[in-house]
Amino acid sequence: MAAIEQDSESFSLGQLWSDKRYRAVVTQILVIAGVFLFLSFIITNAIENLEALGKTFGFEFLEAPASYDINQALIPYNSRDTHLRAAVVGLLNTALVAFCGCVLATILGFILGVLRLSTNFLINRLVYCYIEFVRNVPVLLQILLWHGVIVTSLDVPRNAYSPVADVFLTNRGFYVPRPVFEPGFVFVAITFVAAVAGMVIFRRWAKKNQEATGQIFPVFSIGVAAIIGLPVIAFFVAGMPMSLDAPALEGFNFQGGMVLRPEFTALWLALSLYTAAFIAEIVRSGIQSVSHGQTEAAYALGVKPNWTMRLIIIPQALRVIVPPLTSQYLNLTKNSSLAIAIGYMDITATLGGITLNQTGKEMECMILLLMVYLTISLLISAFMNWYNKRIALVER
Amino acid sequence: MSKLKVLLAASALTVVGAAGANAATLDDIKAKGFVQCGVSTGVPGFSFTDDAGNWQGFDPAVCQGVAAAIFGDTSKVKYTPTTGKTRFTALASGEIDMLARNTTWTLSRDADLGFTFVGVNYYDGQGFMVPKALGVTSAKQLDGASVCIQTGTTTELNLADYFRLNNMSYEPVPIETNEEARTNYLAGRCDVYTTDASGLAASRAAFDNAADHIILPEIISKEPLGPLVREGDEPWGDVVRWTLNAMITAEEYGVNSSNVDDMVANSDNPEIRRLLGVEGNVGEMLGLDAKWGYNVIKQVGNYGEVFEKYIGSNTPIGLERGINAQYKDGGLIYSPPIR
Repeated sequence: MAAIEQDSESFSLGQLWSDKRYRAVVTQILVIAGVFLFLSFIITNAIENLEALGKTFGFEFLEAPASYDINQALIPYNSRDTHLRAAVVGLLNTALVAFCGCVLATILGFILGVLRLSTNFLINRLVYCYIEFVRNVPVLLQILLWHGVIVTSLDVPRNAYSPVADVFLTNRGFYVPRPVFEPGFVFVAITFVAAVAGMVIFRRWAKKNQEATGQIFPVFSIGVAAIIGLPVIAFFVAGMPMSLDAPALEGFNFQGGMVLRPEFTALWLALSLYTAAFIAEIVRSGIQSVSHGQTEAAYALGVKPNWTMRLIIIPQALRVIVPPLTSQYLNLTKNSSLAIAIGYMDITATLGGITLNQTGKEMECMILLLMVYLTISLLISAFMNWYNKRIALVER
Repeated sequence: MSKLKVLLAASALTVVGAAGANAATLDDIKAKGFVQCGVSTGVPGFSFTDDAGNWQGFDPAVCQGVAAAIFGDTSKVKYTPTTGKTRFTALASGEIDMLARNTTWTLSRDADLGFTFVGVNYYDGQGFMVPKALGVTSAKQLDGASVCIQTGTTTELNLADYFRLNNMSYEPVPIETNEEARTNYLAGRCDVYTTDASGLAASRAAFDNAADHIILPEIISKEPLGPLVREGDEPWGDVVRWTLNAMITAEEYGVNSSNVDDMVANSDNPEIRRLLGVEGNVGEMLGLDAKWGYNVIKQVGNYGEVFEKYIGSNTPIGLERGINAQYKDGGLIYSPPIR
């Protein structure tokens, strides 16, 4: 105590730097001050420059009519709606292609990753070549390639190629019949929800039963049968309360039905195939990270090969796979902004493209756009972190 | 990708925006020794690169005229190809000094985006091009069609309004450049290509089978196209404005690149003598050499010469003068007096 008191009595300014205890605090204060100075410089500079250009800063433009049309809108939209609604239409298009892309990339990636470990030389090498080729070509080129292939190789609607009745492949999109639900369909939907809920309860009971008696039920096959079978039975019992709205050629284009536009298809395929190559390598490394001794031990205990994979290898491999998988999902989502190269109307094309250009609000649009992508990325991260925690090694 | 420029230019705006915004652009240009000029990424006749890779055409000719007026040398221009979307950010951020890129003069661009249109070098209107095989003869028959449209243009807004007011539906196919439009249109991704009628004529001229495509009679908008500069630097705007006016005036008084030397020596028309720097000091007023007008006419030519050279009836583009004739021939091309 005495020594410390003596220190504080004889405190001099020089001690701020020479004394280790003060120095740690002083350097931190200096760094924080530096960061704030830099930020305030950037902000005041931007404000001054906007003023010099005679521009105002504000988000009122979002309430003005957009005045442009968008060819793919998941919510009702016309050119009299506001810029804000156009941005939401773009956001939903981004979400759609990112979600579909992540699903397809994961499925393909897992299949390729497992095939990559195949002992069959031909399969192993083919997958190896695919991965090395696809992940070493810029994804922008792949997007342009797929778009070019679809638009130039398929024919115009008048000469549409129809592999199955009411399905048409054209360079304006793939047209399929659209299901039209009649009121009785509610009955089918309720059956489906009931089947899913029933299976969750059944699964819990089966697990408890197994722990108590050692008896094993084929929960998976029963589950699939119930979840698919029961609604199908309900569908026929209810008198088939659904019709199909088939696409038909009217004038220039097909009317009715559902359409996958070439811009969406090209973007979806290119992003999925590109990301799948990375995911395949992640899956391969994950599986290889589990010591082969565990497989041998399982076999020695008489565990069947597919059970060994499902109950021993994959749960441990997932811990290695999930964190880098998160990065791949984030990459795919951000890469979807390359949509602008082929005219897919995502949020970069609506808010960051046409709206920005028609209103001249570069700063505002870019700030909104950055926030939107940041939010999407953080949401994906949060979900994957939750999942990662769930599958993490639980010490009992 | 050129689209990334939007992002880059937007961030550049935050950092270096003020660099050229209100400064004396003309002095900067004289100091750096060239004019930085924004042009389109390529429209036959209007702006294209020749075999040597140099930018040529009806729009770059304005840039060359400005370089001739300032430096007496048409080669003192550096070109920045811009898309419909990147052009305004490029100009606002100071990346380019002027924009000569078939850009429509509108109130909001003038007042809200902070630009000054210095004049009109082509009076245009939006039209539609379709393959003859479709059998369409009027834009009113286009209900349900897929339409290729350049994003970030006034044509995009006109199109939405035209179809809405006529109770017709359509599928917009957004594209970025004229070249992309050509690829998508010829591949049949869209039934119709819409842009300024001059641009349609120019695009069609470059097709292998130009005769298989027709331009529909409807013109759905007014599109006065002209060069523009940033607002707030009037002396620089004046240089570009009067370079264009010098080319127009020269045609009005019959001065062209081949007779200009003769005019300097023998003309006693005071308007011509002032234009060519023989009498008066209009060059000095603009902050330029007395020979500025002479250099523009000698090296680039008058308005009519440039028109005929790149897009006139003897070129593959084959545009008539129409409303782009001199006012005394019944057109709208008119220059205020040089005095």
